[in-house]
Amino acid sequence: MEHLELFLKSIFIDNMVFATFLGMCSFLAVSKKVSTAVGLGAAVIFVMLITVPLNWLLDHYLLQPGALSWLGEEYAEYDLSFLSFIMFIATIATMVQLVEIVVEKFSPSLYNSLGIFLPLIAVNCAILGGSLFMQSREIPTLGLATVYGIGSGIGWFLAILSIAAIREKIRYSNVPAPLRGLGITFITTGLMAIGFMSFGGMLTGGDKKPKEEKQVAVAPIKDNKVEVSKTSDTKDNKKDKVVLANNIKVNE
Amino acid sequence: MGLLSRKDSKLLLDPLADNNPITIQVLGICSALAITAQLKAAIVMAISVTAVVAIGNVVISLMRNIIPPKIRIIVQLVVVAVLVILVDLILKAYSYQLSKTLSVFVGLIITNCIIMGRFEAFALANGPWRSFLDGIGNGAGYGLILVIVGFFRELLGSGTLLGFKVLGDPIAKTGLYALGYENNGFMLLSPMALIVVGIIIWVQRSRNRALIEDH
Repeated sequence: MEHLELFLKSIFIDNMVFATFLGMCSFLAVSKKVSTAVGLGAAVIFVMLITVPLNWLLDHYLLQPGALSWLGEEYAEYDLSFLSFIMFIATIATMVQLVEIVVEKFSPSLYNSLGIFLPLIAVNCAILGGSLFMQSREIPTLGLATVYGIGSGIGWFLAILSIAAIREKIRYSNVPAPLRGLGITFITTGLMAIGFMSFGGMLTGGDKKPKEEKQVAVAPIKDNKVEVSKTSDTKDNKKDKVVLANNIKVNE
Repeated sequence: MGLLSRKDSKLLLDPLADNNPITIQVLGICSALAITAQLKAAIVMAISVTAVVAIGNVVISLMRNIIPPKIRIIVQLVVVAVLVILVDLILKAYSYQLSKTLSVFVGLIITNCIIMGRFEAFALANGPWRSFLDGIGNGAGYGLILVIVGFFRELLGSGTLLGFKVLGDPIAKTGLYALGYENNGFMLLSPMALIVVGIIIWVQRSRNRALIEDH
């Protein structure tokens, strides 16, 4: 249950793109066509699934204060957490390289579809962001870290897929010339983000307090302790989707 | 500018407007949006990024002839990561509260595309002094947008600037609030950052028609 909650939360409520604006650069650059967007999105899910649990292990057995105690008493006081940025980014860069080699060897067809996107991912903020949020939100177990990684990846995938679909359609509408291209994409993303905010009520039973929302906007760190979701969630969920769909229609 | 040749000052000033990293090159947007609800955070972020991109550009430019092309991405990442760790430790030492507000976004300077973009596009092909100017210019261009967005979001969202109540006190009903003005809490929510940047792009491209894209 805990896993399912974190999964849904990381896809919808803490969506990488719409709630924390991570991976915006590639989100804007590679979303002109649906097919390329799907390729990049799949690669992001794949890499996040691997790097978040890996960095969780690093964090827990190497970097945290006292994490080295498994080596012996004298190491128990070491605090290497200042090294976490460099360790995380090194892990991500090597994993991306490794994944590229393995995929090329064993599944040429997958390699052809992910191909050019894999190297791009090493500098995608969503990937590093996933690991850093995993650290700062203090996700307790390896299983939850894996779920968080894959959920965030899927959330990013959904976001880039929907913006690519909208951008393909928006080409046929009469947008004011100075807004064409980048400008209208920014505003569309903003409106979609407002739509996604309605998911915020999903796990708290719809009882939103304005103060909580402010906290999300300023510093998107929240406790992982969420209230037990109720059966009415699916209903709310559907309603929210309708709202989102309306938003998208307006944009088109 | 007497100190700099025309070419050098172009390096410094171009990124401020016609080649702005955010609105034209579309780089480094992630961090630009998430931390602009307060002007102070935006300014600190702008200074940090400028410092990292300027110093990093110089370091990469000095090493440009000895970095093997195949592993240059890793080398660049290591250089940025070291600089960002320094920035993070300095922030934690001198302004702990602010470093809590910025939270993971300091770490995310590492993957800020402006930095890698400038390394790849400029520092690998130019000398240290020109790279330094390019870094300062791009950092400032990034900072300019951040400060504009932060200014409007904080002013309209909470009626303050850098924490000072410039529009009066909303609870005691002084200043503008006496006339029935209300803060627009919506501006504090993250989606509004995107829309404000969209409007900045709109204004900029209306003034300079040459920048307009055809879809």
